[in-house]
Amino acid sequence: MSNHPPKITATHVNVWYGAKKAIDDVSIDIDQDSVTALIGPSGCGKSTFLRTLNRMNDTVANARVQGDIRLDGEDIYSPDMDVVQLRARVGMVFQKPNPFPKSIYENVAYGPRIHGLASSRSELEGIVQTSLKRAGLWEEVKDRLSDSGTALSGGQQQRLCIARAIAVDPEVILMDEPCSALDPIATAKIEELIHALKGRYAIAIVTHNMQQAARVSQRTAFFHLGQLVEYGATTEIFTNPREERTRDYITGRYG
Amino acid sequence: MTGPALLLLLAGLAFVGWLSARARAVAFRAPKRRFSSLPGHHAWYVALWTILPPLAFLGVWSLVSPALVTDAVLATPAAAQLPPPGFERASILSEARELAQGDAFGAFQPLARALEPAYAAAQARYDWIATAVALLLALAGGGWAYTRVRPGFAARTRTERIVMGLLLAASLVAIMTTIGIVVSLIWEAGRFFARVPAADFLFGTHWSPQVIDPRDPGASLGALPLFWGTFFIGAVIAMAVALPFGLMSAIYLTQYATPRVRSWVKPMLEVLAGVPTVVYGYFAALTVAPYVRDFAVGIGVETASSESALVAGSVMGIMIIPFISSLADDALAAVPASMRDGSLAMGATPSETISRVLLPAALPGVVGGVLLAVSRAIGETMIVVMAASGVANLTLNPFESTTTVTRQIVDLLTGEAEFDSPKTLAAFALGLTLFVITFLLNMIALSVVRRYREAYE
Ligand SMILES: Nc1ncnc2c1ncn2[C@@H]1O[C@H](COP(=O)(O)OP(=O)(O)OP(=O)(O)O)[C@@H](O)[C@H]1O
Ligand SMILES: [Mg+2]
Repeated sequence: MSNHPPKITATHVNVWYGAKKAIDDVSIDIDQDSVTALIGPSGCGKSTFLRTLNRMNDTVANARVQGDIRLDGEDIYSPDMDVVQLRARVGMVFQKPNPFPKSIYENVAYGPRIHGLASSRSELEGIVQTSLKRAGLWEEVKDRLSDSGTALSGGQQQRLCIARAIAVDPEVILMDEPCSALDPIATAKIEELIHALKGRYAIAIVTHNMQQAARVSQRTAFFHLGQLVEYGATTEIFTNPREERTRDYITGRYG
Repeated sequence: MTGPALLLLLAGLAFVGWLSARARAVAFRAPKRRFSSLPGHHAWYVALWTILPPLAFLGVWSLVSPALVTDAVLATPAAAQLPPPGFERASILSEARELAQGDAFGAFQPLARALEPAYAAAQARYDWIATAVALLLALAGGGWAYTRVRPGFAARTRTERIVMGLLLAASLVAIMTTIGIVVSLIWEAGRFFARVPAADFLFGTHWSPQVIDPRDPGASLGALPLFWGTFFIGAVIAMAVALPFGLMSAIYLTQYATPRVRSWVKPMLEVLAGVPTVVYGYFAALTVAPYVRDFAVGIGVETASSESALVAGSVMGIMIIPFISSLADDALAAVPASMRDGSLAMGATPSETISRVLLPAALPGVVGGVLLAVSRAIGETMIVVMAASGVANLTLNPFESTTTVTRQIVDLLTGEAEFDSPKTLAAFALGLTLFVITFLLNMIALSVVRRYREAYE
C-alpha cells in the first residue's frame, strides 16, 4: 500500500440489470500509483464493475447502481456530479479497438475539442503529439496523421484509443481487456505502455490473462459470481492466495 | 370450345395421368426395396407433362392467333371495302371483332356489321384448331411420360427439374416485361428524336406542346423548364421538408426514444408511408394550396399561384418523411454501438456524440437514402397532377406555378391525339429521360449504401 489516500474508493457497491444482480456488495480502493488488475471467470461482473467507475452503466437502460463510489473523496453518483466532467477525468479503453471513422489526428483531437482544452491550433497539435507519443504510436503515424484511424492495424488502433483517452488528460484510465483482440507482439507493446503510464495515471485493467495480470499490475482483485472474493497485492494473490477459489482460478483448475 | 372449358378438360387429363401413373408406380413397388422415386413423384411427373405442353402452346397461340384471324378476315370479299390501313380501318376491325365475340351491343359502323360473320367464322375455325392441337399435345406428352414410369426411372429429380424451370420462367416474365418496356420506350423516343433535335428538346426553354409549329416542332418542345420544375419540386423543396424531419425523427428514435416509445412511434410513421398518394394529392390541392397562396399574397408576393411549386413540393416532402426516416434509422443503427460508447466515455454529451461521431459515420448511408428518396420524388405523379400547375415556368420563386415531367406526360397522353404526332411522342421522350435519371440515381444510391454496409462488416 502506498501512503497516498486511494484515488477511488468504492464501498458496498451493488449493480442490477433489471431484476438480476450482477455486482454484490463489492468494496475496492483503486490506488493512485499502481495498476489494479480485475480478474475472474467470464460473466462474473468485471466489466460491469469497471463501468460503474465512470458511470458508463448510465447508458445501459435497465442498469441500476447502488453504493458509494468516490473519486478523490467526491461522490460520483451524487446529483451534483457532472457526468461529462467525470468521464473526462476517468477515461476508458474498450476491449475492441473503436477508433472513430475519422483521421488519426481527429481521433486524438476529439476529446480536447469537445472539452475546449486547446485555445489555439498549435496548442491542439501539441496535445495530439504528446498523447500519441505517450501512447507509443507517434513514430509509426507521424507521417500520416490525416489517414483514417480505422486503416491502422488492430494493435495500432488500440494504442490510438489509448492516445485518445490520454488526450483529455484524465486522472484515471480504465481498460477493459484491452489486449484480447491483439496478437502477442501488439499485446507486449500495450503492456509496455501500461508500465510507462503507471504513476502518471491511476490504472484499472480487466484481463483474462493471468500472466498479464501478474506482469502489469501491483494489486489484483479476484471476482466470482458478482462478488469480490479476494483483493490484495498481486504477488500475494499469485503466490499465496488466501481463498481456495482464487487458487483454483489462477492455477487453471477453475470450473 | 371456350377457354375455361378447355383448361378444365386439360386439368382433368392431367389428373387422370396423375392417377394412372401413381397406380402403375404403386404396382411395381415391392417390399424391402428402395426406389429413387415414390409413386407421388411419378404421378406428378406425368401430370406436369400432360398439362405444361398444351399450356405453353396456348400461351404462344394467344399471341399469334389474333393476327391470323385478322388475315383471314381481310382475305374475304367483304373486306375489300375497308379504308386503307390507318386509324379508321383499325377501329372498324376492332369493332367487328367485338361484335363477333359478343362484347359489343351495337355497331356504330355498318362495315363492322358486315365483317362480323367473317370474323366469327375465322375465330371459330382457329379456336377449333387450337383446341385440337392442345388436346393432342396433352395426350402425347402425358402418354410419353407414362411410358417412362418404370422402377428405375428417376421421376423425383425430373420433377424437381421441371419445377425449377417453372420458377425460372416466372422470374423471366418480370425481367422480360421490364426489357420490353424499356425497348418500347426507346423505340418511341427514337421516333420523337427523328423529328425533333435532341438538343432542342433537352436544352430548349420554351415548352408549349398545345401549339406546335409543324415546320419546327423543336421550338415549342424545349423540356428544360420541366426538368427544372421536377428538380425544384422533387429534389429541392421536397427534400428541404423531408430531410430535416426524417433525419431528426430517426435520431430521436435510435438515440433517445425508449423501446416503448419506439414501438409506438415507428409504426405510426409507417402509416404515413401507407397513405395513397392520391390522398396526399387532394390534401395538397384542397387544404395546403389555398393556405399557402393566401400567405404568399399576405407577404406581398403578387405572382403567387394556388398551384405553386411550394405546395406540391412540401406535401411530397411529407410523403417522403417516413422513407428518409427509416433509411436514416437503418444507417444510424448500422454504426456500431462501440462508436457511441467510445465517444460517451470521452465525456461527450449525447448530442455531441450524434453530431460529431454518429452522423458522420452514418453519412454515406444517409446520402444513399436521400438519393433513393429523390428518385422516388421525381417519379411521383399523383401529387403533381393534382396540385402542381400544367404550365411550364422557369422560375426560382417557390410561390409561382411550376410543372414537372410526370405531370406533362399525363397531360400529353390524355385527351385525343394521333399516336405519331410530335406532341404525343414527346411523352415517350420525357418518360425515357425520367427513366434514365431515376435509374442512374438508384444505381448510385445502391452502390453508396452497399459500400457503406461493407465498411462495418
Ligand atoms: N446490458 C446488460 N443487460 C443485462 N445483463 C447484463 C448486461 N451486461 C451484462 N449483464 C450480465 O451481468 C453479468 C456480468 O457481466 P459482465 O459483462 O460484467 O461480465 P464480465 O466479468 O465482464 O465477463 P467477461 O469476462 O465475459 O467480459 C453477466 O451475467 C451478464 O450476463
Ligand atoms: Mg467483460
